Amino acid sequence: MIFFFLLPALLMIAIFLFYPILRSLYKTLFIAVHNINPRYVGLNNYYKLLSDPVVLIATKNTFILMGAAIVFQVGLGIVLALLVDMIRFGKKFFRTVFFFPIVMSAASLALLFRLIYNYDSGLLNSLLEYFGYQPVLWLDAGKALLMVMIPTIWQYVGFYFVIILTALTKIPDNLYEVADLEGATNFQRIIKITLPLIFEDIKVVLVLVITGVLRVFDFVWLITRGGPFDSSQVLGTYMYSTVFQRRLFGYGSTIAVFIIILGIVITAVTRKILGKRSVMIN
Amino acid sequence: MNRIQDYFERISLSKFIIYLVLIAWASTTILPLLWITNNSFRTTADIVNQPFAFPDSFNLVNYREARTRINVLNSYKNSIIMSGTTVVLVLLLGGMAAYVLARFEFKGKAVIDTLLVIGLMIPAFVTVVPVYELLISLDLVNTYLALILPHTAGNLVFATMLLTAYMSSLSKEIEEAALLDGANRWQIFRLVFVPMSRPVFATVGIFTFLWSYNDLFSALIYVPQQRVQPVTVLLSQVSTQYGTDLGLQATAVVVTVIPVLIVYLILQQQIIKGLTQGAVKG
Repeated sequence: MIFFFLLPALLMIAIFLFYPILRSLYKTLFIAVHNINPRYVGLNNYYKLLSDPVVLIATKNTFILMGAAIVFQVGLGIVLALLVDMIRFGKKFFRTVFFFPIVMSAASLALLFRLIYNYDSGLLNSLLEYFGYQPVLWLDAGKALLMVMIPTIWQYVGFYFVIILTALTKIPDNLYEVADLEGATNFQRIIKITLPLIFEDIKVVLVLVITGVLRVFDFVWLITRGGPFDSSQVLGTYMYSTVFQRRLFGYGSTIAVFIIILGIVITAVTRKILGKRSVMIN
Repeated sequence: MNRIQDYFERISLSKFIIYLVLIAWASTTILPLLWITNNSFRTTADIVNQPFAFPDSFNLVNYREARTRINVLNSYKNSIIMSGTTVVLVLLLGGMAAYVLARFEFKGKAVIDTLLVIGLMIPAFVTVVPVYELLISLDLVNTYLALILPHTAGNLVFATMLLTAYMSSLSKEIEEAALLDGANRWQIFRLVFVPMSRPVFATVGIFTFLWSYNDLFSALIYVPQQRVQPVTVLLSQVSTQYGTDLGLQATAVVVTVIPVLIVYLILQQQIIKGLTQGAVKG
């Protein structure tokens, strides 16, 4: 009787999560253009992957994005939360406004950023021209990665800000009162009391940021399609274009498997560094 | 006297800087929206000629185009049907599974727990090719089910875990009383567990809806056709098909962002809680 309750959920998970993983692994052993007449090639797709310059660029970009996300998402999240915690008026306002971008879809925001970066009458070039400068081609090979990283990072700052702010409000006031009696400065208070007390929450945020980077797709795909010349490619966009534009189903699956392996390694390393108590999301 | 004056000046100066920083960040989330809303009331020619001018009149031509040429309303309908059904299925199947996992001991439970933890780490990149094959063979691509089924499975793992944790913490007295009264398992689930777990159902529901509504990657693959495409896919097409029509693009951003913002402003507390708890607790 109780299995009737469990069965539908288990079936869904088995069919749409676990079977696909095994099937993906199997598909990496084939060349399957357009997914017809697959030809067995052993480990050739993996050799190809290891010598594929675009995989190298995409992996490098993913790590650059990860570094920037750690510095700016976690850093700005903490700084903004500390500042909002210090003020009396407008706390709720800033919380509301900082969280705006998270509820909007990356698809809408990506279109917004395309209009900001647009060569003709984009927001940035309009500003430049207004102040008498020449317009700039924002999405060229040299700047494209930076230009897709900005919205990707910006969108979620408010998310980590809320997590840290929630942690800050749980710190009992009497700890600060003692510090005041001892004559501690604001800076000392933050370094000696606040940060150590929210360290566990910062670790949670770090894990979320690091594992989130591997799922980046929307902004890159919609703003640059990974280009020009693969300069802003990340693994997700490369996998998508390999399967659904170049129609290489076997090789695309190999890239997907690579994403999972990279994810497992990164998660393991993060856990090792930050200790056992860490979290995952879907 | 002088020292006291200094003290107050220092305080107000630091407060001033704090507010300056907070307002600066708030501007990044507000100003682009104002800029794009302004542009949505202007023709492309106006935008190019005078990027920062206000509209001469409330020109609704872009909005008419959004309704007729890109059929925004249809995409809204699709998004709400698909994401809504996903939420209902996730809550129903996840709730049923959670009830069993929270209350019964049976052989294989440890295996299921382990599988759930693994399932949490599977990104859509790895499942997408086999699921696409499966949907083709079932002739489901470009139907609502093509997105509903994978989205349900993707959120089910996380939902089941969150619901199980909550249901295990519920006291057993009421259900024991209900059992004595002769209630069957289904009645206990529906009349005891569902009402008592309402707060987590709300959290999971909000998280699932926004996740599903904002997802682009799966939607691009499973439901790309105009008849069934959700809002995110529509946006990705507007940017390629109407790349030079700045007014229409601005309007597309506005009509997809504003309703979400309004819902967010009404349900703010629950949404912030749902999204951050959803990620942190996992």
